[in-house]
Amino acid sequence: MMRALLTVFRKEFLENLRDRRTLVSALLFGPLFGPLLFGAMVSRMLDQSVAESDEPLQITLSGAEQAPNLRRYLESQGVTLALRSLSEDAGRTAVQSRAAKVVVIVPGDYASRFAAAMPAPLLLVADSSDSQARKSADRVRQLLANYGSGIAQLRLKARGVSPLLALPVAVNEIDVTTPTGRAVAILGFMTYFVLFAVLMGGLYLAIDSTAGERERGSLEALLSLPVGRASIVGGKLLATCAYMCLSLAISLAAFVVVFRFVPLERLGMSANLGAGTALKFFAICLPFVPLGAALMTLVASFTRSYREAQTYLTSVLLVPTLPIAFASIYSLKTSSSLMLIPSLSQHLLMTSVLKDEPIAPLDVALSAGSALGVSLLLTVLIARHWRRESMLG
Amino acid sequence: MIEAEILAKRFGAVEAVREVSFTARDGEITGLLGPNGAGKSTTLRMVYGVLAPDRGSVRIDGIDIRGETSRARAHLGVLPHASGLYGNLTARENIAYFGSLQGIDAKQLRARTAELVASLAMESFIERPAKGLSQGQRIKVALARALVHDPANLVLDEPTNGLDVMAIRSLREMLKHLKSLGRCILFSSHVMQEVAALCDQVVIIGRGRVLAQGSLQSIRERAGTASLEEAFLRVLGPTEGCE
Repeated sequence: MMRALLTVFRKEFLENLRDRRTLVSALLFGPLFGPLLFGAMVSRMLDQSVAESDEPLQITLSGAEQAPNLRRYLESQGVTLALRSLSEDAGRTAVQSRAAKVVVIVPGDYASRFAAAMPAPLLLVADSSDSQARKSADRVRQLLANYGSGIAQLRLKARGVSPLLALPVAVNEIDVTTPTGRAVAILGFMTYFVLFAVLMGGLYLAIDSTAGERERGSLEALLSLPVGRASIVGGKLLATCAYMCLSLAISLAAFVVVFRFVPLERLGMSANLGAGTALKFFAICLPFVPLGAALMTLVASFTRSYREAQTYLTSVLLVPTLPIAFASIYSLKTSSSLMLIPSLSQHLLMTSVLKDEPIAPLDVALSAGSALGVSLLLTVLIARHWRRESMLG
Repeated sequence: MIEAEILAKRFGAVEAVREVSFTARDGEITGLLGPNGAGKSTTLRMVYGVLAPDRGSVRIDGIDIRGETSRARAHLGVLPHASGLYGNLTARENIAYFGSLQGIDAKQLRARTAELVASLAMESFIERPAKGLSQGQRIKVALARALVHDPANLVLDEPTNGLDVMAIRSLREMLKHLKSLGRCILFSSHVMQEVAALCDQVVIIGRGRVLAQGSLQSIRERAGTASLEEAFLRVLGPTEGCE
């Protein structure tokens, strides 16, 4: 039995090593997609946040002659003003056509109402679907509110009332996000990319060794050999697992390299992804490998053709996202019962490693045990299906 | 020797094989002849044990295929209807894969492959990937793969389907050679000329039953005609040809 199993393993491994499609998806696209996308994403975030905080605020101000005081205030706050004369509609059009990011219009009745100590109207025009314009608008809103409260205090003082009466509460914000915590929020993606690489590594082999074998007409000859079906299935699964491990290793190595070049510290983050962390990740994901291999092989075994298998397996790639998405929507905290859910448990353990949190050995055992248990169950189902006559197609 | 006894198999409502019995003897070529859908493939699949018969039994050299599948299969070489090769493996690797799964060790395998390469004239392409081979070359590799463990019995399901004249001719030569070595050969075909050119014994199957069985000579005599084609049509009956 072992001998036949190893023969099947060797042949599947070798055959796919010569298949360009397998190699590109298993050893290039699958494992490198995550790290490259991740590197690009973080670099872009970095550029954007640096650019935004340095950039002076630019606004278009219409009707400035009615509010010289406001204009002086804005200029004193370092705002670059473009003075124009716009109607409300013209201001709207200017923002819509992206000619201006933020437009502040001082209407004709501003000065008279201001003088009468009545609320003086101001129009703030911005497109909130544009994230950069929204940030600028927030800054403008803040400045205008500050200006208004300054005026209010002066008015109260002039009437002999303490301005403190108008400040019933004083809010001080304390942001407790640690640099690592912020990093983890972004790195949450990363665990999915790691699991994605694991699955991509075995995707084509799972198809090729089942639906592919039938489609090219070699299945019946194989099944009429004096070899148990369990050995055949076992050898195929083993080869699929081998490619998945390779893909995982390449992916983690690529992450280590990417993290060297992405200056996360500049975002106020400190992510520790060195060789040691990568090895821990590898160990955490290892029990997920046979599970993914068995799941994909099982699904592919039921399909009639290569194409059909491809269609179904692409959706299998999304399966590990479901528990992870579920957990983040309900913001579940790590607990031993969650360790029984494959893919979620790997995600939680990897996140703990990134956060430098202590990991309970029981959790590791539960995570590995449940993944291996499910793989065993799926393997039995595959072997049973392969013994059926309908397997011949 | 291959013995099939009152085989029957149904798929849902379709009775693919109703009652088929025959014996294919050593040193003879036995042809399973019948129109498409007569139950030839189903019968052969029960012979090499990938389908379980609803009734009846098959013995290969006296070993029951259902009872001792692996031991019986060791006596059997199979060339199924679909005999695809692994395109990314060379011809030699394709043969070696099956040889290894038959339990042959590396040294024996080299010797056996050398023998097959010589007798099937595969020298020119034995190291080439299977995906680049011609039809005739492919059938030789598939045949070598089925013969790698030197089985006493060989089963071929429509082996000449889709082959060109040259390939058919070399397949014929190979089967005659195996017969001269005392092997038992069982093959199916819907082409009468094919059967007439090769077989010592013919089993004519129609609608899942054996309609006639015996030497070419005896079938012609029983049908009362000198032409095998005429005999074939008479045996099948008037409705079969029109379906």
